[in-house]
Amino acid sequence: MMRRTISVLVENKPGVLARISNLFSARGFNIDSLAVGETEDTTVSRMTIVVRGDERILEQVEKQLNKLIDVIKVSEYSQVEHLERDLALVKVKADKSNRSEILQIVDIFRAKIVDVSPNSVIIEITGDEDKIQALLNMLRPFGIKEMVRTGIVAMARGSK
Amino acid sequence: MEKSGAEIFVESLIRENVKVLFGIPGGVVLPIFDKLYDAPIKFVLTRHEQGAAHMADGYARATGKAGVCVATSGPGAANLTTGLANAHMDSIPLVAFTGQVATHLIGNDAFQETDATGITRPITKHNFLVKEVKDFARIIREAFYIARTGRPGPVLVDIPVDIQRASCEFIWPEKVEIRSYKPVYQGHPKQIERAAEAIANSERPVFYVGGGVVAAGAYEELQRIAEKADIPVTTTLMAIGAFPTDHRLSIGMLGMHGTYQANHAMQNADLIIAVGARFDDRCTGKLAAFAPKTKNIIHIDVDPTSISKTVTANIPVVGDAKSILAELLKIIKPKKHTLWLTQIKEWEEKHPLDYPQDDKLYPQYVVEKICEITKGEAIVTTEVGQNQMWAAQFYKPKKPRHFLSSGGLGTMGYGFPAAIGAKIACPNEIVIDIAGDGSFQMNIQELATAVINKVNVIVAILNNSHLGMVSQWQRLFYKRRYSAVQLYTQPCKPFTCPVPDFVKVAEAYGAVGLRVFKKEEVLPALKKALKVKNKPVVIDFVVEPEANVFPMVPAGAALDEIITSLA
Repeated sequence: MMRRTISVLVENKPGVLARISNLFSARGFNIDSLAVGETEDTTVSRMTIVVRGDERILEQVEKQLNKLIDVIKVSEYSQVEHLERDLALVKVKADKSNRSEILQIVDIFRAKIVDVSPNSVIIEITGDEDKIQALLNMLRPFGIKEMVRTGIVAMARGSK
Repeated sequence: MEKSGAEIFVESLIRENVKVLFGIPGGVVLPIFDKLYDAPIKFVLTRHEQGAAHMADGYARATGKAGVCVATSGPGAANLTTGLANAHMDSIPLVAFTGQVATHLIGNDAFQETDATGITRPITKHNFLVKEVKDFARIIREAFYIARTGRPGPVLVDIPVDIQRASCEFIWPEKVEIRSYKPVYQGHPKQIERAAEAIANSERPVFYVGGGVVAAGAYEELQRIAEKADIPVTTTLMAIGAFPTDHRLSIGMLGMHGTYQANHAMQNADLIIAVGARFDDRCTGKLAAFAPKTKNIIHIDVDPTSISKTVTANIPVVGDAKSILAELLKIIKPKKHTLWLTQIKEWEEKHPLDYPQDDKLYPQYVVEKICEITKGEAIVTTEVGQNQMWAAQFYKPKKPRHFLSSGGLGTMGYGFPAAIGAKIACPNEIVIDIAGDGSFQMNIQELATAVINKVNVIVAILNNSHLGMVSQWQRLFYKRRYSAVQLYTQPCKPFTCPVPDFVKVAEAYGAVGLRVFKKEEVLPALKKALKVKNKPVVIDFVVEPEANVFPMVPAGAALDEIITSLA
């Protein structure tokens, strides 16, 4: 199983997200994450989809996406120098006794504490998959109460 | 000039050269039907929306033009879905229009509201919900364009009733420009060269052609290449007639009920040239054991998703089959494959298509006689099941677009309405639905449509009083435990108390009904039916109930593990 980040430019119209999610469920493709937002052109949205599968499935995913009438362009980043970012908010159990230890970890990862309560803190971290995983591994012993992620977004490096 | 949405609908259809609409009115399409009242478009009122969709489909398959159907919201739209899914699987150009509740009511569970674009999304090539009347003309133009171009398919346009009443300036777009939809037609020259090279180096090539050849109208090019390079041709169910069935290079249909020689040719070929075919499971049999001796697989298809979906093609060529084959024809060299063709002939002689030659009335005999009396020049539609496979094996159409069958979806109830659509499209052709007693009952109500519209089609029911294909599987693989396949009152014997009496049903509708029990009655009954004008004829052929479709590749077996009789 391979993991691939696919960027899909679509018409910014109602129903397009449903077409894409339908496609994945109908054909049995697995989505790891999906992030959607407007681009510099307001008539166009960009979906960044992280998908897993073997070579044949990944090829089909790209072709099937291209076949949808509202899809303008499909690109995938496996052969391209690119950046990937995901944002996570993590609510961790924390009290007087370990708050400073958590703070230290957060500092090392250049993450941020965005909320504090007597029994918990909320940490915001932005980064690629590895970085977020590494932070989560460090936080797990304290007790993660809740987590939410935006899903990966990606962009090719350079002027292209 | 200002026009209402309903007027835009009629005007746009005229500009799209639509001659016939099939459908049923209802509450939220009344503004459109009011404008259809005196429009120069023939409206065929059906008895069920599924019938309307299949008629539009039959119209499209017989002509190559887009078929058009209309239904109301809610149940109307829902009833279209089987017809849309059927057209989608077989890549048939269809445009379906549905009424929708008023824009401000959408999402409120209004009377007869259903999310038509939602439920049809997976079974259409594309669909539209018209949100503003100013977009309506453009959407209709795009709908027809999308339905016809690239890999064709059904498109649905959902029109809220307030949009039909609202008006705006009518502007007909001269050109269609969809930035996200640009089908590729020209094949890559390098790939075509590679294909020619593979053909030159092959000793045992076989053409495996599907419905894409019909959609592209690539028959001539196909025939000329096959003849020039001496390559045998097997067709899928969808392509029967795309290559002359009486040609020395024709080896018949392949797959589950394909010929012995076609399946063995696939398994022994060193080169498969797939054109407009999609390696579907009914054609390949067990994938892991499919075509083990191939060195090259060329796959020509307008739809890139068809290529290497199930079987990897090492020489893919994306584009229009007609133009690619024309290019290929220019560069291939003449060849002879005498040894290979002799081998295929031997397979054919070993197990030709046949059936018991005794006094009983076998369904295959009926199909043979239909072929004989029409000289293979009639348009034949089929229902689904045994009747369909016998038709595919024993009806040999002379021309393309003369064998119309539900291939991908396998929709029982398809054949009769499709025959009505085909006859309306081609009034000078003889149109015969080769039916089963089970399938025919799934859209039997369209007898009313055929009678009222004076549609002269013949329904040849191969009546075995059973859901025949299911009972064949139960006979072969479930120890003759016939579960829920009898279509007669038990404990009667089949045919002693038939339900229904098809002759009486036909007569009740105002059609002609005939019944045949014996072999010698077959030709006279067909002759009688062919003399009837202006109304449908139903012939109830009471056939041998335990007749089987052979040969057969059991599900999950390889193509050469074909069985040719009851073991």
